[in-house]
Amino acid sequence: MTTIELRNVSRWYGNVVAVNDITMDIGPGVTGLLGPNGAGKSTILHMIAGFLAPSRGTLTLDGAATWRNPEVYRRLGLVPERDSVYAFLTGEQFVTATAKLHKLADPDEAARRAIGITEMAQAKDRKISTYSKGMRQRIKVAAALVHEPEVLLLDEPFNGMDPRQRLHMMELLSRLGDEGRTILFSSHILEEVERLSGTIQVMVAGRLAASGDFRAIRRLMTSRPHVFHVRTSDDRRLAAALVGRPYTHAVELTSKGLQVRTSDFGAFCEQIAVLARDENIRLTELLPTDESLESVFGYLITN
Amino acid sequence: MLNPTVAGITLRATLGRRRAILFAIPAVILIALTLILRASHPDSVSWPDNVLGDFGFSVLLPLTALIIGTGVLGAEIDDGSVVHLLATPVRRADVIATKFAVAVGLTALFAAVPELIAGLLAPHSGKLAFALFVGALVGSVVYCAVFLLASVLTTRAIAFGLLYVAIWEGLLSNLVGGVRILSIAHYSLGVANAIYPDKNLQAGLTLTTSVVLAVIITAGGLYLATRRLQTFALTGDAI
Repeated sequence: MTTIELRNVSRWYGNVVAVNDITMDIGPGVTGLLGPNGAGKSTILHMIAGFLAPSRGTLTLDGAATWRNPEVYRRLGLVPERDSVYAFLTGEQFVTATAKLHKLADPDEAARRAIGITEMAQAKDRKISTYSKGMRQRIKVAAALVHEPEVLLLDEPFNGMDPRQRLHMMELLSRLGDEGRTILFSSHILEEVERLSGTIQVMVAGRLAASGDFRAIRRLMTSRPHVFHVRTSDDRRLAAALVGRPYTHAVELTSKGLQVRTSDFGAFCEQIAVLARDENIRLTELLPTDESLESVFGYLITN
Repeated sequence: MLNPTVAGITLRATLGRRRAILFAIPAVILIALTLILRASHPDSVSWPDNVLGDFGFSVLLPLTALIIGTGVLGAEIDDGSVVHLLATPVRRADVIATKFAVAVGLTALFAAVPELIAGLLAPHSGKLAFALFVGALVGSVVYCAVFLLASVLTTRAIAFGLLYVAIWEGLLSNLVGGVRILSIAHYSLGVANAIYPDKNLQAGLTLTTSVVLAVIITAGGLYLATRRLQTFALTGDAI
């Protein structure tokens, strides 16, 4: 049972603060590190993996610092986001070489097992240069798992995977988490995190915006006010009708249509068309204007 | 301690790249030049030390060492694949020692050995060939240590190396005598000249000075490269 501890960890590059005063514990099971691009997820992962020194604060794995401590890799596996691997090796050669670098007693058997787990047995004799992006991801996971680490860190592991590969990887990570390993993966896609992990750490602009059980955070996300841009055959009449509905928070009449703020995303989406039909108004455009992750996370920070 | 797995991957990576052709070209030119001169001036005794000493130590050796020395680790750092090597408990000192050993071996193969072959092909130059071979071996060791260090310090290691070879060694060390104490080519010439004294080699340093400086710079280069690799950092998505 391994725990990663971050205490007031910050990391800056010159005047740019990449990670700002993060404190968190990551224990056994699968934890998702969620946030938009540029939020500092990779920086956090690199610091945990011992590939970046915190500018301030402490970062330990069961009490041992990871920075400048190669011994930590006996217990930790890293799957970096970058696609670069030794493309001139076959998948099997790459994983076996990693097993040898870990000085495992039986590197061939360890490689065979790791390749089997990631379902890469059929392609193991092909050079990595011929692999698809998804296959490269899986062979990187196989290499990271070859020494059966207690901690597995994955930076955007689902990038480039097709839906079947993605599902398989999710099952694999779930299984590893259920075995008591500490799995931390980063993603900017809400649905990936939702399907895989009960615990999430949400990062925005270098700060920890939310931390804990996914369902509670998801409720926060879905109950936030949503803004829609609506264009109709009669904007003013629809605005009057919307004002009387309980799900309407505010309506603004603009030269380009209506800006509607609703406190109930589901009810608004279900009833706007019915309302328009009852009022004999033709809807020509209905666009959610703040569905980006940044706006979702921004809401979490301010609430 | 050398790591055979790291050595195997490094060898395959270095020899598999297209630029492997690059470090064979100077060697081919040297041997071809020697053959041409031997055919056109079979009895001359003046050209072998000029060609083998000047071209061999000023062009063949430093350029070959530059391409190999900066490539054995620098290429992996540039493309990011080095993280797969460093995310293992292999000691950073072992990584540097192994990369260095591979670089020296390949440089010796593609620069010192061709120097020996060319020397043996040249007329009346058996002893000179051996002296140049030993001098080139010393140069291979020191150049590789310096260029390996450059590759972990900067992504512009090749530019740094070219400036060092062309400006510092090619120009300044011939104009200002004091500059020679930091010229690897002159360490090589100093050793070669001690084995086979020849004023045409234009050695500016004694054997003792050459060997002492070569040892200090090699040891210092490898120590600093190891220290640098121990603090190797991956940049995040926030910068």
